[in-house]
Amino acid sequence: MIAEIGQFSLILALVFSTLLATLPLIGSLRGVVNLQQLARPVARTQFLLTLIAYICLTLAFLNNDFSVAYVANTSNSHLPLLYKISGVWGGHEGSLLLWTLILATWTMAVSFSKGIPEDMVARVLSVMGMIGFGFLLFTLMTSNPFDRLFPVPPEGRDLNPLLQDVGLAIHPPMLYVGYVGFSVAFAFSVAAMISGRFDAAWARWTRPWTNVAWLFLTIGIALGSWWAYYELGWGGWWFWDPVENASFMPWLIGTALIHSLAATEKRGVFKAWTVLLSVFAFSLSLLGTFLVRSGVLTSVHAFATDPERGLFILIFLTIVVGGSLSLFAWRAPKIVSRVHFNVISREMAILLNNIFLGILCFAVLIGTLYPLVLDALNMGKISVGPPYFDFIFMVIGIPLAAIIGIGTLIRWKKDQIKRINKTVLFSLVLSIAVGFFTPLLMDHYSFGAGLGIATGLFVIVLNITNLGARTSKGKRIKDLLGTPRSFYGMVVAHLGIGIFIIGVTMTNTYSIEKDIRMLPGDVHEIQGYGFGFKGITEVQGPNYRATQGRFDVTRNDKTLTTLRPEKRVYLVQQNPMTEAAIDAGFTRDLYVALGEPLEERNAWAVRVYFKPFIRWIWLGALVMALGGGLAASDKRYRRSKKYARASSPMVRSAVGSVVENNTAPVN
Amino acid sequence: MCKSIITAFLLTISIPFFTLAHGQQEIFEFGTPEQEAIYQTMIKELRCLVCQNQNLADSNAGLAQDLRRKTHEMVVEGKSQGEIAKYMVDRYGEFVLYRPTVSKSTFILWFSPFILLALLIFLSYHFIRKARRRDELFGTPSDEYDEDQLVRVKSLMQDKE
Amino acid sequence: MNRFLAPLGIFATMVVLLAVGLTLNPREIPSPFIGKPAPEFSLAELDEKAAPITPEAFRGEVWIMNVWASWCVACQQEHPLLMEMADRNLIKLVGLNYKDKRNDAKKWLQRHGDPYGHIAFDESGDVGIDYGVYGVPETFVIDQDGIVQLKHIGPLTPDDLRDTILPLILTLTGGQS
Repeated sequence: MIAEIGQFSLILALVFSTLLATLPLIGSLRGVVNLQQLARPVARTQFLLTLIAYICLTLAFLNNDFSVAYVANTSNSHLPLLYKISGVWGGHEGSLLLWTLILATWTMAVSFSKGIPEDMVARVLSVMGMIGFGFLLFTLMTSNPFDRLFPVPPEGRDLNPLLQDVGLAIHPPMLYVGYVGFSVAFAFSVAAMISGRFDAAWARWTRPWTNVAWLFLTIGIALGSWWAYYELGWGGWWFWDPVENASFMPWLIGTALIHSLAATEKRGVFKAWTVLLSVFAFSLSLLGTFLVRSGVLTSVHAFATDPERGLFILIFLTIVVGGSLSLFAWRAPKIVSRVHFNVISREMAILLNNIFLGILCFAVLIGTLYPLVLDALNMGKISVGPPYFDFIFMVIGIPLAAIIGIGTLIRWKKDQIKRINKTVLFSLVLSIAVGFFTPLLMDHYSFGAGLGIATGLFVIVLNITNLGARTSKGKRIKDLLGTPRSFYGMVVAHLGIGIFIIGVTMTNTYSIEKDIRMLPGDVHEIQGYGFGFKGITEVQGPNYRATQGRFDVTRNDKTLTTLRPEKRVYLVQQNPMTEAAIDAGFTRDLYVALGEPLEERNAWAVRVYFKPFIRWIWLGALVMALGGGLAASDKRYRRSKKYARASSPMVRSAVGSVVENNTAPVN
Repeated sequence: MCKSIITAFLLTISIPFFTLAHGQQEIFEFGTPEQEAIYQTMIKELRCLVCQNQNLADSNAGLAQDLRRKTHEMVVEGKSQGEIAKYMVDRYGEFVLYRPTVSKSTFILWFSPFILLALLIFLSYHFIRKARRRDELFGTPSDEYDEDQLVRVKSLMQDKE
Repeated sequence: MNRFLAPLGIFATMVVLLAVGLTLNPREIPSPFIGKPAPEFSLAELDEKAAPITPEAFRGEVWIMNVWASWCVACQQEHPLLMEMADRNLIKLVGLNYKDKRNDAKKWLQRHGDPYGHIAFDESGDVGIDYGVYGVPETFVIDQDGIVQLKHIGPLTPDDLRDTILPLILTLTGGQS
């Protein structure tokens, strides 16, 4: 019964998305206010219906309703409660439903926005309704999570053990909130293209949404990386796997978009480019979802076995991307951006930032697809892996980091090198001195490590000096308090980049990874830490059996902690899983994973890792996300709502004059 | 594309690799730290052929263990990275290398990002210079976002709040 | 010409490429051994009786080397086919017993039958590495001059035998087999 309610509300949601996709848009084109005003209530109803469907599926999981095929495939009555809830998105059908729900949520959130003209809201919501329509149709036609199974199996096939983990339970929702969040920027751009109006207001409306989407995507990717680190048992944090690359590409373009939006809002430049970026960011998000979900990249096999889904994906992508790019080709010639900035200007820095980020995204794309293309052209089989990506990111990333540092110092429109050269020189000398000194403290010197640390420090030092430069003697605190949050957002996000770069450099250069054979009683020493193997015990989990090792970690004869890595065998799917035990620390992680029992009695193969500064990688990502949050919560966006609510003819005309000025053609 | 099909195929036929053939986690001795460094680099840059997308270092598959052993043998014999890579390519093809060799068919892969970067930087520089020259010839039209104007608008708005 | 059409054009090209790519038929990994001499080795027979086996000994005849192991599930799948080939005496069949234990391998043959004329016992898997073996079972066709003519990965099917392997053998032997 519950499944039928879910199914029914999903169909109703499809109906409402159809209404949302058409009526308000027609209303805005014909100037029918009544139709435009339908947008908000319809968007909210669509959200409620999708939510009901989602709740129904969750209830089916909680009730162990194995008559629902999807539940039977991805759950089990012994599954812990948390994983029953997260199991809802543990498979293809459910994760698609989650995607749809998140899209409906963003749509609903936009429906509450104030201070935006009604016809604009109508167009934006319509565009989001179109995307919602596509996804609901896809769900209902090819991947219905409510399909019944007969005969009803007595027990479910259980959730993939890899997914039975807190990190991975929250990783997909975060990632999806980010992916789908870019649909708002996309919808604003498409709406602006439909109307042909590209004013500063359009960029200002889009910015906070994009920042929030970006911050979630950042957290989502970081969570995925963190999960891979402790769950896969290899101690790596990024593998340049096609699935990872699929989430990284929208992030790179999204980052470029945030910056070009800033320039568009503040200076009215790069308008067409910003529109294009917002189209790309969302298209890549779609591509990412689909590639991961359909398995086109990891295995064409999956794509071929389900041609219906594959075909739908291809058609949907073609319509969304092809449609918006056609609209772009038609409307962009009317978008006028004036290039009135010097070579030394913030605009130029942002342009360079966009070029570099775009190239990085291009490299990820070409690296991911190149083996497929070569193979399709019968030119041989190759692998493109970490050495390629690491090389490109090092060569292009270091100048990008320099641009990040210097760019924030430069003023809009035009600036003089001599105004900033002292600050830059000071930061350069300081970061090079400290950066190249630091490796001396480690167990071996590495020029690469020095370069990496110097690069990270350069970004950090310049951003802090930049903040300092906003204050004047005598009233520093007051000046700091008066600095807008968006400025703090910028500084903090860039500090995150610096922290991230240092973390990556230290981890990649100074990690120690040992595969060793240990008998109970053995002690192995790495970097002054003694790992004493105490033996193995059998442990029973709720839905698995585990072999648990015990390791006492000592330093200077004092016991620091006890690590208990496990090898688990999940009862239903019978695959062995490695649960590493980690002692996390600010400057180092100690990591122990059980390998295999060896032939001699009681001896085990053990992986012992020493990972310096690895936490800084995820800390950097979190700090970046925090920066995004600060920027999105800037007073400017909130006040814009307030004064628009009280919008008087006087303000309107004042804003209007700016807008007119702005859209007036040049030459 | 067919790489993946074959991978998927191999995953099904070579399951015994994963379940039976492993168990021997090696502990290797090296003559010099340099040798150990070469070994560590190589096992990270060589692909485990029977795994989904893993290097030799990260894999427990039987074949990965054998190839690690072979790599160690060669390293201790004093073979260079290039010689080890050639040994592997002779047997398993270019597919085994995570760092594709620079050749005619990988030229675009290795160089297009840099060519494109240089091109874009040149174009944008050129573009800005051209716009500046035009401004110099025809005079700068009043700025869209004139600071004064913005200040005026802001004060108007604040009055209204 | 509208320069804003460029993104659309690039996208269209990508879609076409992707569509073409998806319709292309998948191919096997081209083995680097095709057309090259079969790597040398010298291994004991599985039953330890005769002198060591070397590829050199089979010079002048076309032969098949089949890589198998008792732990390999897929090997059982192709085994009846190998038995049939042996019964009909189609071609010289040499087994490479890969990373196995002598007793396990012998027991396995007792149970499933022994189609091989000779079985080289590659306990360490070193010869396997020299032949680039990565998915057992694998099958090599080697000609009179010791040149590898074909490498097949995975279990043989009757179709493989009929469509590729037998025609190849016929060509190599000039139809005398």
